[in-house]
Amino acid sequence: MVNINYGVTKMPDNSMPLIKQKQRYMEMVKESTPKPRVLRNVFWAFVVGGLICLVGQFILSFFLARGLSFNEAGAATSTTLVFLAAFLTGIGLYDEVSRFGGAGGIVPITGFANSMVAPALEYRAEGLVFGVGARLFTIAGPVLVWGIVTAWIAGLLYYFFR
Amino acid sequence: MAAPKKNGMQTVYFEKPPVIIASASIVGYLEGEGPLGKTFDQVVNDTYYGEKTWEKAEQRMMLETMQKALEKAGLQVKDIDYMLAGDLLNQIITANFTARVLGIPFLGLYGACSTMYEGMALGAMLIEGGFAEKVLVGSSSHYSTAERQYRYPTEMGNQRPMTAQWTVTGAGAAVLAREGSGPVITHATIGKVVDLGQGDAQNMGAAMAPAAADTITCHLKDTARQPDYYDLIITGDLGSYGKKLAEQLVTQDGYDISDRYTDCGILIYSAAQDVHAGGSGCGCSAVVTCGYLMESLKTGKYKRLLGIGTGALLSPCSVQQGETVPGIGHAVVIEMR
Repeated sequence: MVNINYGVTKMPDNSMPLIKQKQRYMEMVKESTPKPRVLRNVFWAFVVGGLICLVGQFILSFFLARGLSFNEAGAATSTTLVFLAAFLTGIGLYDEVSRFGGAGGIVPITGFANSMVAPALEYRAEGLVFGVGARLFTIAGPVLVWGIVTAWIAGLLYYFFR
Repeated sequence: MAAPKKNGMQTVYFEKPPVIIASASIVGYLEGEGPLGKTFDQVVNDTYYGEKTWEKAEQRMMLETMQKALEKAGLQVKDIDYMLAGDLLNQIITANFTARVLGIPFLGLYGACSTMYEGMALGAMLIEGGFAEKVLVGSSSHYSTAERQYRYPTEMGNQRPMTAQWTVTGAGAAVLAREGSGPVITHATIGKVVDLGQGDAQNMGAAMAPAAADTITCHLKDTARQPDYYDLIITGDLGSYGKKLAEQLVTQDGYDISDRYTDCGILIYSAAQDVHAGGSGCGCSAVVTCGYLMESLKTGKYKRLLGIGTGALLSPCSVQQGETVPGIGHAVVIEMR
C-alpha cells in the first residue's frame, strides 16, 4: 500500500499526527451524526409493508373467488402486484412510498418490481441495448445472484442433512 | 523566493481586484420554491427543461445562464477572453458542451462542488496576471443527472439518511473584468485536498468540513485577519451537520466564526422542503453566490464576505472500492467597494 499522507498540516491540530487527527475527527463526526430514527422507521415500514400485503391478500381472495386454484391465484396476485408497482414507478409515485415506508416498500415483491422499472426508465436515454438492456438489472441483479446462490447452498444442505 | 503576489501559505491577493461586473443564475423548481427563490434570475419548473434528457436540460441551463450573465454585462461572446466552467458529470460534459456552443477559449474545471469558487479564483488570477480582460465563470448541477451518476435511478425507492443532502438543480455564472462596477475579488485562498477518514458517501458534509475548516483557518492566518473582518463567512455545501463540524474545527484552531458563519446548502432550502441536511452540488454555491450573495452585496446587506466553495472529491468507483471521501475548499474574498 502507498504511504498516504494527505498533507494535512494544520487540521485539527498542528502538533497531532494524522492518525490521531483522524481518530479525533471520526469521534466528532460520530457525535454530530443523528441516530437513525429506528422506532419510527420500523413502525412505518410495518404499516406500509403491511398495507402492501393487505392489498395482496385482497387480490388473492379476489382471484380465489373467481375460481382459480390456490397456486394459480398466487401467481396472478404476484403479477398484479408487480404491475401495480411498475405502474406507480412509471408515474413517479413508488419512490415516495419507499421514501416514507423504507424497508416496507423495498422488501415486498413490489420493491423488486420498482428496482427493475426504475433503471429501465432511467437508462432509456442511453438506448435500448446499452441503456435499458445493460442496466436493467443494476439493482435487482445482485439480489438475484446472491438469492440464487443462497437458495443453492440451502438446497445442498437440505439434500445432505435432511 | 515567494511568489510576489502570494500572501502566506496558500493565499494570493490582487493589487487591482477584478470586478464581478455581472452574474446570473437559473434554478429548478425546488430551489425556486426555497427561501432564496426571489434572488435567482429564472426558475425552471420542468426537470427536462423541454429537452429529451436531463443531461441536455442541464446543458441548456448552463448555456442560458452564461448568456444571461453576458447580456447583463452588456457583452458579446467575442468580448470574453476565457471561459472557466465545470460540473459534476463524468468528463464535465455540461461545461464542455456549453463551451461547444459559445465558442469562447475554454478551460474546463473539476473541483466537484467547489468548481464555482475554483473558477472565480483562477479567473481573478488570469485578469490580475494580465492574461485576460474579461473572464466568464460558471458551474452547474442537476438533481437527476447527479443522482443517476452517483447513486440510484431517480425513481428507485429508498430511504435517505438524515445526513444526506439534495443536489441543487441550477446553474450560476459570473463575468469577471479588470474594469467596471460591482463587487470585487480581493483575495483567493486555494485549498488543499484534506481527508480525515470520513468514508460515508451519504454524509458528504462531514467529509468536506475538514477541508473547509483548513482553508478558513489558513486564509485567516495568511491574511492576519480576524473573522470579524468579514460580515459573512459562507461555505458552499456542507449542509447542517457539516457546518457544525467545520465550525468546531475552526474553533479548535482558535478562531470563533460562529456568529457570522453559514452555508449555502442550508440557505437554499427551507426545513419544510424536507431535503434533510441541505443542498449540495456545483449548482449550490454557484446559484447562491451568483444570486443571493451578489444581491446582498449590491443592497449593502453585506460589505465583505469570505466564500468557501467546498467539494467532495469522490467517484462512485472510489466509494465502491472502499476509499474515504477527500474534500477540498477554495476561498474567495468578495468585497463591495
